[in-house]
Amino acid sequence: MDNVIRQRTLGARIARVSLYAVLILAALFYLLPLVVMLITSVKPLAEITPGTLLSLPREPTLTPWIKAWGEACTGMRCEGVGGYFYNSIAIVVPAVLISTLIGALNGYALTKWRFKGSELVFALMLFGCFIPFQVVLLPMAQTLGWLGLSTSRVGLILVHVVFGIAFTTLFFRNFYVAVPTELVSAAKLDGAGFLRIFWRILLPVSAPIIVVSVIWQFTQIWNDFLFGVAFSAHNSQPVTVALNNLVNTSTGAREYNVDMAAAMIAALPTLIVYVLAGKYFVRGLTAGSVKG
Amino acid sequence: MSLSRCAAKPAAATGSRRSPSGLLQAWLPKLVLAPSIAISLFFVYGFMLWTFILSLTGSRMLPSYDFVGFAQYARLMANDRWWVASSNLVIFGGLFVAICLALGLLLAILLDQRIRQEGALRTVYLYPMALSFIVTGVVWKWLLNPGLGIQAMVRGWGFENFRFDWLVDPDMAVYTLVIAAVWQASGFVMALFLAGLRGIDDSILKAAQLDGASLPSIYWRVVIPCLRPVVFSAVMILSHIAIKSFDLVVALTGGGPGYASDLPATFMYAHAFTRAQIGLGSASAMLMLGGVLAILVPYLYSELRNHRHG
Amino acid sequence: MMSFNISFPKTALATTLAASLALSAAQAAEVEVLHWWTSGGEARAANVLKELMEAEGYGWEDFAVAGGGGETAMTVLKSRAMSGNPPSAAQIKGPEIQEWGELGLLGELDEVAEAEGWDDLLPPTVAEIMRHDGSYVAVPVNVHRVNWLWANPEVLEAAGVEMPTTLDELFSAGEAIREAGFIPLAHGGQAWQDATVFESVLLATGGSEFYQHALVDLDPEALGSERMVEALETFKRLRELMDDDMSGRDWNIATSMVINGDAGMQLMGDWAKGEFTAAELTAGEDYLCAAAPGTQDAFTFNIDSLAVFRVEGEERDAQHALARLALEPIFQEAFNLAKGSIPARPDLDMSEFDQCAQQSLDDFQRTANEGGLVPSMAHGMAVRADVQGAIFDVVTNYFNARDMAAEEAARRMVNAAQAAL
Repeated sequence: MDNVIRQRTLGARIARVSLYAVLILAALFYLLPLVVMLITSVKPLAEITPGTLLSLPREPTLTPWIKAWGEACTGMRCEGVGGYFYNSIAIVVPAVLISTLIGALNGYALTKWRFKGSELVFALMLFGCFIPFQVVLLPMAQTLGWLGLSTSRVGLILVHVVFGIAFTTLFFRNFYVAVPTELVSAAKLDGAGFLRIFWRILLPVSAPIIVVSVIWQFTQIWNDFLFGVAFSAHNSQPVTVALNNLVNTSTGAREYNVDMAAAMIAALPTLIVYVLAGKYFVRGLTAGSVKG
Repeated sequence: MSLSRCAAKPAAATGSRRSPSGLLQAWLPKLVLAPSIAISLFFVYGFMLWTFILSLTGSRMLPSYDFVGFAQYARLMANDRWWVASSNLVIFGGLFVAICLALGLLLAILLDQRIRQEGALRTVYLYPMALSFIVTGVVWKWLLNPGLGIQAMVRGWGFENFRFDWLVDPDMAVYTLVIAAVWQASGFVMALFLAGLRGIDDSILKAAQLDGASLPSIYWRVVIPCLRPVVFSAVMILSHIAIKSFDLVVALTGGGPGYASDLPATFMYAHAFTRAQIGLGSASAMLMLGGVLAILVPYLYSELRNHRHG
Repeated sequence: MMSFNISFPKTALATTLAASLALSAAQAAEVEVLHWWTSGGEARAANVLKELMEAEGYGWEDFAVAGGGGETAMTVLKSRAMSGNPPSAAQIKGPEIQEWGELGLLGELDEVAEAEGWDDLLPPTVAEIMRHDGSYVAVPVNVHRVNWLWANPEVLEAAGVEMPTTLDELFSAGEAIREAGFIPLAHGGQAWQDATVFESVLLATGGSEFYQHALVDLDPEALGSERMVEALETFKRLRELMDDDMSGRDWNIATSMVINGDAGMQLMGDWAKGEFTAAELTAGEDYLCAAAPGTQDAFTFNIDSLAVFRVEGEERDAQHALARLALEPIFQEAFNLAKGSIPARPDLDMSEFDQCAQQSLDDFQRTANEGGLVPSMAHGMAVRADVQGAIFDVVTNYFNARDMAAEEAARRMVNAAQAAL
């Protein structure tokens, strides 16, 4: 697919220039909010006035970033959003790993060990993607209470796993469906068991889809606010809750440069994951479709 | 995501043969799936049932079990705001999914033409998916506000008559939601399509080229049909985003002007939580889920039936 | 025990052995407080309470959740209550205290109230809100006044107008301000802000008795009356004084328009002072405050309070300490200076407060004695959340609709009050 526009005629050259023009225009559209955030975050408060969102700061300053990281108030604690990173990581890492592992096993069982009704099971699980989180908030709270896990980190991890496996299963199922069944059948004839086949045959080729699943889950859970605010304790609130407290003060002065800096800081981990792993992300989505 | 139909692979072997590795091995796959099935049954379907039961009660601030029949549904039907929210979801969801698919496909095709700096461009298109609207909502609100953002800027460049005031126009506010949502998700759809394009076997295209087909017609007649499974995945992911759109509305329009840009998710939240009408909120949640079912189940069924992969 | 005591710094040595015993006994006792005081000024002020608690040896677990004027915090509170694990105290106000009380979840503070003489200390209107079933279940921290008009004196001067005292004057002053090239009235188009303006207009049009009938008692006759129609029409006319870009604007942006001199006036509660103070402006000189036009003899109040949940043992002691300390003069003064409100107990020295706050306290006591002290509907003090929400819908929809008759809005208002019951 990559050799389509190749000839160096005049027409092709015009096509080529307009191609780049469209792509760059699109890039500007996607970059616009980020640029506004960046510019605002290094402006002194006095320079933030209507109609000048895109004008460069006259006196650039890093004070908002320093304040957002370590000094801004997120409640009575005025220690910035920095301290909340650990809470987020302690929730995100286990939740991502567990939901990815379960999704991998599910996807494997659903494609390589089909049974009567396995498609129905998949469809049933898929529907879990569509339930709005606001709907499950109260029953979830009650359930966590029964389990004795309310306001505990374990409870929050459980919630994220529960509502994450629908997606991870979708990813792995669609990936494994394209892995040739012959290999698995042959292994079965050799007497290899369920887990052994998974471990020896499926897992080694799964790296791309693991990346996809991890990126997706990481983003979803890192950015989660609703569950994080409802099911965490006062001392285990994730970074989104801190960010919300910082930018959403209801009755009080707002410092937009600090807000923007805090927003950028809170988004850094996901941004870094996308920038570093974005390449593998597309590759992972591709890999599911090519020959195994 | 799976392109087996167009990837010119050898035909897949049919299902598993029963191997003599004992009862445990036969049951292990089901055993592995069992916890997930149990989780789905309890946390998705159980909670839905619970919500349905609540929708038949007069629950206010916290759930109670004084049954009132379908009175909450009747109230919902008589509620002007609910109808605004529902029709907004149709407009918003439809446009959002359609534009994301079109834009995503276009960008993927363009990016697939041996572009310099493809990696950088791809990252730029993709990054909005990494950010939550708690972060970007404020910026979009600024950009779309006529007095602060794009309109003020363009006027500042000398185009005094430039107008871009959808955010404050009750008839147009819902379209600003589409803009911000497309910004967030279309890059992701682009990545899906790009992956799909890369997965298509070159020999199919070569054959079409040899037949003398023009470039647009190759894309239209050969490539795009091959991307059907990608469209399926994209539609699933996009409709899930559309239905769950909540932070976006809260951050960007707050449902306003008035309640002109309300969506069912924000309606449900406002009533169940802020306004202490859990019964009514649950009824709206049930109708919302019913709508999702009505649209998605036929689609899911036909896709899974026609494309039994593997 | 002794060695423990000796290791304390000098100040702590001054405490008696008995106190140190109490201290060590109470050390484990902590209160978890859910609130939405998260802005810099608010947080610093609330911190005074935390320090008072800690000085007595109680721990303060801070559980701050901002967003939507407490909406998010209330969602969290409900989810915590569902899980059977509510915090020890939460920022709950107005009729919602009664709803939580009816659910049987609140603890009582009668012991503290009696020891501290709350019945005498607190104004009766305030005390009534804090009680459920005859028992104190919450402690007030401040009294906000909602019916204020804020103005930029330079803009008024440029337009050659005085601070308006009636609605007619407001409209004519607005015209003059517009002709002088400014936005007459800064406003943010959010439902609660629309409702804030609406209730002040209603108060000016119908007086406090009518306000009470319509927005507190939800009397259908009052809600559907001619006066209501008149109030709605006047309210809608105010749109002419506002700019086109107001939709979704936060209230503090509107305030900064007044500060910057882009706009002349704003109708907003006294938390707006926080913005003026942050801009280092002085009340009476750099900015003006007055009762919303036509409401000089009324006071719409919005009281923040901390309600306590039913707990046992040591946590209960800590809860009681919290309730007692919340009315300590040092906290009341610090907190209300930061919030722009007035103390919940009227017996304090007000010399530190600016003239707006002093006027607020005078008006509060005057209206409490002569009538005119009414709860704010827009801020959840008058009716329960469902009715309030339904009224919000009518008000904001009418205000933003291009072609809805005031009669139709009044009719919907009657429905809103009934449907939600």
